[in-house]
Amino acid sequence: MNRKMDDLYRELIIDRYQNPLFRGMLDPNDISYEDSNPLCGDELRIDLRVDDTGIVREAAFSGHGCAISQASADLLLESVLGKSLDEVRAVTKEDVLDLLGIELGPVRLKCALLSLKVLKAGVYGLGAGEANDDIVE
Amino acid sequence: MVPVVYLDSTATAQKPRQVIEVMDHFYRESNANIHRGIHVLAEESTALYESARGRIAQLINAPSARQIIFTRNTTEAINLVAYSWGRANLKARDVVILTEMEHHSNLVPWHMLASERELRLEFIPVTVEGILDLEEYQRLCELNPRLVAFTQMSNVLGTINPASEIIRIGHQAGAVVLVDGAQSVPHFPVDVQALDLDFLAFSAHKMCGPTGIGVLYGRKTILEGMPPFLGGGDMIKKVSLRSFTPNELPHKYEAGTPAIAEAIGFGTAVEYLQGVGLESIAMHEKEIIGYALERLEEIPGVTVFGPTVEHKGGVASFTLKGVHAHDVAQILDADGVAVRAGHHCAMPLHQKFQLDATVRASFYLYNTLEEVDKLVEAIYRVKKIFRT
Repeated sequence: MNRKMDDLYRELIIDRYQNPLFRGMLDPNDISYEDSNPLCGDELRIDLRVDDTGIVREAAFSGHGCAISQASADLLLESVLGKSLDEVRAVTKEDVLDLLGIELGPVRLKCALLSLKVLKAGVYGLGAGEANDDIVE
Repeated sequence: MVPVVYLDSTATAQKPRQVIEVMDHFYRESNANIHRGIHVLAEESTALYESARGRIAQLINAPSARQIIFTRNTTEAINLVAYSWGRANLKARDVVILTEMEHHSNLVPWHMLASERELRLEFIPVTVEGILDLEEYQRLCELNPRLVAFTQMSNVLGTINPASEIIRIGHQAGAVVLVDGAQSVPHFPVDVQALDLDFLAFSAHKMCGPTGIGVLYGRKTILEGMPPFLGGGDMIKKVSLRSFTPNELPHKYEAGTPAIAEAIGFGTAVEYLQGVGLESIAMHEKEIIGYALERLEEIPGVTVFGPTVEHKGGVASFTLKGVHAHDVAQILDADGVAVRAGHHCAMPLHQKFQLDATVRASFYLYNTLEEVDKLVEAIYRVKKIFRT
């Protein structure tokens, strides 16, 4: 096992994959969006509850996917709690990679960024199938 | 660099030196367009291209090399049948029988034609054991299908389907029968006359040949009766400003300059496989898959999909409990074991077994029992990282 693998599957990622803090669905919710990665079949839905001042108060994700995509969703939702929707719109690809603390090749990058794509499509109010990769660039 | 244990030949096979060299030699020594020009190079390249066709005809025991149509790949071969034969012969409410284990290439062309022509698509179910339910197929045949199209070997389950029986039943019902040979022709002897099939599609790159070239074999009377597919040079006998007369077989279906070097490489790949012997390749793979199933099933948490070894070619698709297929493949890759993870272009089959993704290890003539051991060792490493 080389060093790179230990980094990629660092303790935090395995831990968040196996014991996520934000797994579930919110019903009712203020924002809900889902999308998939056709390459690997990952599917992800994110639900948010937002208060009158536009602050994210509750967040949950559901669906299935690899450790990277699931851990990324869990960490991302944790990071947006208490943030305004404007702040959520400003979250970047780098922010997500910082949360994960790993470097990824182009294929796994899609796994890591699926959660950001779904979250942003939700807060921008995009319709089904309208989210594309540009949204996270 | 770590030597790679390549267990992804179902996606594409590695190429022997002979194939690479013959293509290199062609470009250096004989490069010219075919079927036109009288110079020596044009004659040479035409002869090489046509002799590759002959070699391929011999491999599948085609009555004539004229029945070997070069296409880009299996997908294009099946699309050719859908566009040309399908559009000329199928009308609203006609029944087309497919199976639940089809690869997207033998599914989507029929979806497209079905929505254009309002066809009725029916599917032979896959049983929990991973084989086709032939009793249900018999019942479906009472619907008077016009076409039966099925894969001779599943790229996910590894199931080798009883082609002779499926073809016989289809013919009795009056259907034309297309066989997707993408996974069968590379791995065991396929005889189009013994099987009595109407169409056979396969790709070079899965059988040690280059990408970008495949074959559609067709029954002569059917191919002669079909309208042309793509229009252009080479597929015509005569052209005037307002009309054209199509060329004879096989050129009628080969518009434009084809993949000449690739066809020649394909011919050499076939020669290489014949040198080893398709029977020997099948036996070798049987031994490996038998051993792989035994070893994989010993690993706690591993579930292998598909039938028992008697009905199976060299494909083992599996899941590891608590770890997503993508993560398994990534960690295996770090140990130099190349496998595929995902739905392997067979999403409906994965939906049926309620899987989002599987890991697939597939074997070919160059794989060894030691490589199976390496695969198993690497899976134990995945279990360690994921603490399962």
